[in-house]
Amino acid sequence: MFKAFLIKYGEIGIKGKNRHLFEDALVRQIKYALKPVEGEFLISKEQGRIYIEALTEYDYDEALENLKHVFGIVGICPVMLTEDEGFDKLAEDVINYLDKRYLDKHMTFKVNTRRARKSYPMPSMEVNAALGEKILNAFPDMTVDVHNPDVLVNVEIRGKINIYSDIIPGPGGMPVGTNGKGMLLLSGGIDSPVAGYMIAKRGVKIDAVYFHAPPYTSERAKQKVVDLARIVSKYTGPIYLKVVNFTDIQMYIYEKCPHDELTIIMRRYMMRIAEYFARETESLGLITGESIGQVASQTMQSLASTDEVCTMPVYRPLIGFDKQEIIELSKKIGTFETSILPYEDCCTIFVAKHPVTKPSLKVIRRSETHLKEQIDEMVKTAIETAETIIVKADD
Amino acid sequence: MEAYFDNSSTTRCSQEAKELMLRALAEDYGNPSSLHGKGMEAESYIRDAKAKISKTMKVRESELIFTSGGTESNNLAILGAAMANKRSGMHLVTTKVEHPAVSSPMKFLEEQGFTVTYLDVDQDGIISLEELKNAVTDETILVSIMYVNNEIGAVEPIAEAAQIIKKKNPGALFHVDAIQAYGKYVIYPAKLGIDMLSVSGHKIHGPKGIGFLYVKEKTKLKPLIYGGGQQKNMRSGTENVPGIAGLGQAAQEAYHGFPDKQEQLYRLKEAFIQGLKDQEWAHINGKTGRESAPHIVSLSVDGVRSEVLLHALEDRGIYVSAGSACASNKPAKSATLLAIGVSREYLDSTVRISFCPGNTLEEVEYCVANLKELVPMLAKYTRH
Repeated sequence: MFKAFLIKYGEIGIKGKNRHLFEDALVRQIKYALKPVEGEFLISKEQGRIYIEALTEYDYDEALENLKHVFGIVGICPVMLTEDEGFDKLAEDVINYLDKRYLDKHMTFKVNTRRARKSYPMPSMEVNAALGEKILNAFPDMTVDVHNPDVLVNVEIRGKINIYSDIIPGPGGMPVGTNGKGMLLLSGGIDSPVAGYMIAKRGVKIDAVYFHAPPYTSERAKQKVVDLARIVSKYTGPIYLKVVNFTDIQMYIYEKCPHDELTIIMRRYMMRIAEYFARETESLGLITGESIGQVASQTMQSLASTDEVCTMPVYRPLIGFDKQEIIELSKKIGTFETSILPYEDCCTIFVAKHPVTKPSLKVIRRSETHLKEQIDEMVKTAIETAETIIVKADD
Repeated sequence: MEAYFDNSSTTRCSQEAKELMLRALAEDYGNPSSLHGKGMEAESYIRDAKAKISKTMKVRESELIFTSGGTESNNLAILGAAMANKRSGMHLVTTKVEHPAVSSPMKFLEEQGFTVTYLDVDQDGIISLEELKNAVTDETILVSIMYVNNEIGAVEPIAEAAQIIKKKNPGALFHVDAIQAYGKYVIYPAKLGIDMLSVSGHKIHGPKGIGFLYVKEKTKLKPLIYGGGQQKNMRSGTENVPGIAGLGQAAQEAYHGFPDKQEQLYRLKEAFIQGLKDQEWAHINGKTGRESAPHIVSLSVDGVRSEVLLHALEDRGIYVSAGSACASNKPAKSATLLAIGVSREYLDSTVRISFCPGNTLEEVEYCVANLKELVPMLAKYTRH
């Protein structure tokens, strides 16, 4: 029934002279989202909207589902296309459309006609009135309400005629790639994929870094992180995932530093390494899934302590969220089921029973001096041996 | 070097079994129920497999039901016997160390109004015959006891148990989960007084997705799966001909040169235990002598979590399994280890090493050497 989609976008419409950049990015993201869908699509920009026409048979549900993942889209209108063969044929098509689309006809409606092709012989208002009459005759249960209709029947007269009445909400936000790039610290947990999603929603392209600690963390734990990145990449586009072997650093910290400071010092080295990769790949900030007070390493003091080693801004989109709110978001974006698979990640394996919750910067800095003999070399090795995995949604 | 010591999880499929299966899959692909020649050809694979299996246990070919594996065999025995015999009583007896494929259907029956007695075991995982005697009543319709425990290799006194059950209540059925025992022991169910016995294909170098249940003639049993009436109505569904052919072949091979194979397994196990004898951090669970199963060793290690040790060994090409499935956010403790009273600190620090006759002494030495190197190193980094 639907051969095209009309894509509505809100926020990016107001970006002045940069507008075409935003629109181009949105078109690019739509293309990426539709790539795995069988069928061919023609995507074009016109007058404040994007228009997707299916050139072949395609899977409607799959296409719609994938479009719902594209940041920047506010609404998706599935459109019925018909040839212009005079008004009577148009009326027939509209009635046919309503009949198929709405089983229950007890509803109010309004017809809203727009002529992109001004050479059409009838003015818009006339078309509205004439179509309204035809509809009333065809479906006695339907009544007109021009102020607050249940169904707004849109008829757009272009080369072909477009008929649509649904606006399916998109995710909102801004097209990925319009707001620079960030480096996400991705673990196997619930929070970090959600954090990546939140920042990407504001148009930020995402790279990620994962700290792997074999044999303390297994290949399955790493696979889980790749799987999580793949789910996130449905929204963000391809993700360059750095996998850093962190075992030696972790063990060295364990050997040299007080055990209740392990997590904090470990996190500081994670941030340092993440920032190195962020610079290397021209990211403008780090992204983490922390929220204040969730665990010992996420108290205000701990966050201040991990921030101290970064010169880049650290974005923490979940900072004010409760765990339950994060879980709900992770369910919504589809990462929850993967996140809860029971594999150790390197943060949980070396945890002290009573880690410090209010680390003093002075104490932590002093503990870190115990590492000076080998740590620089170890960090260098970890950076040099890191593996890069390019994760795409359609792999 | 590679040492696959996880043979109680699954085994490599034998070459001959594989070739027979490929033939059944691609050449003689008929449906054994078809009346034409292609059906006959397929049926001959099943008859051949039945003949091979029945020889290993001295049972009738008509007493074998092919299933999708050990889990289905156990379910069919327990649920099928309960459904068919509930008018004689609503009581069942089993042990606290059974595999979930037995304990879960038992739990299901409890939800359906049956009563189940779970027998305790001693520190070696062995049931008390006295307790069994007291547990069996006139109301008892089924007793299910495993032959060899899958986690620690304890061998239950099956023959004695059978005598006690039949003496106390001749009507009670006796089911034995022999999934870890078949191929490791010579088992003659009729002589032992066993009514039903479960076997899985992939534990004996056969394929996955196939197993059988031995059901003694005239045993009252209801099917779990209804349909076209194959296997005398006991297990509907077109037979898995390639699987059955592979299972038959694997069964025959398991008992070919049997005493030598069993001896080889004991030699491997003894060498392993001997190799770790002086290590303070090593603790073997259950019995270690020849009264325990020849192929399973349960090893608890001081101060190293099993998952960590498993991956460290994997790094050296050595494959074992974690004694109990556990992880930080899934604290499922092993019922067997709990039942034999393994202390809390070891529940998370136990690995299972399980051999097959194809393993070598060199592999065992390699594994022992790596354990001696890895455990002290890993134990330094424990959780505090």
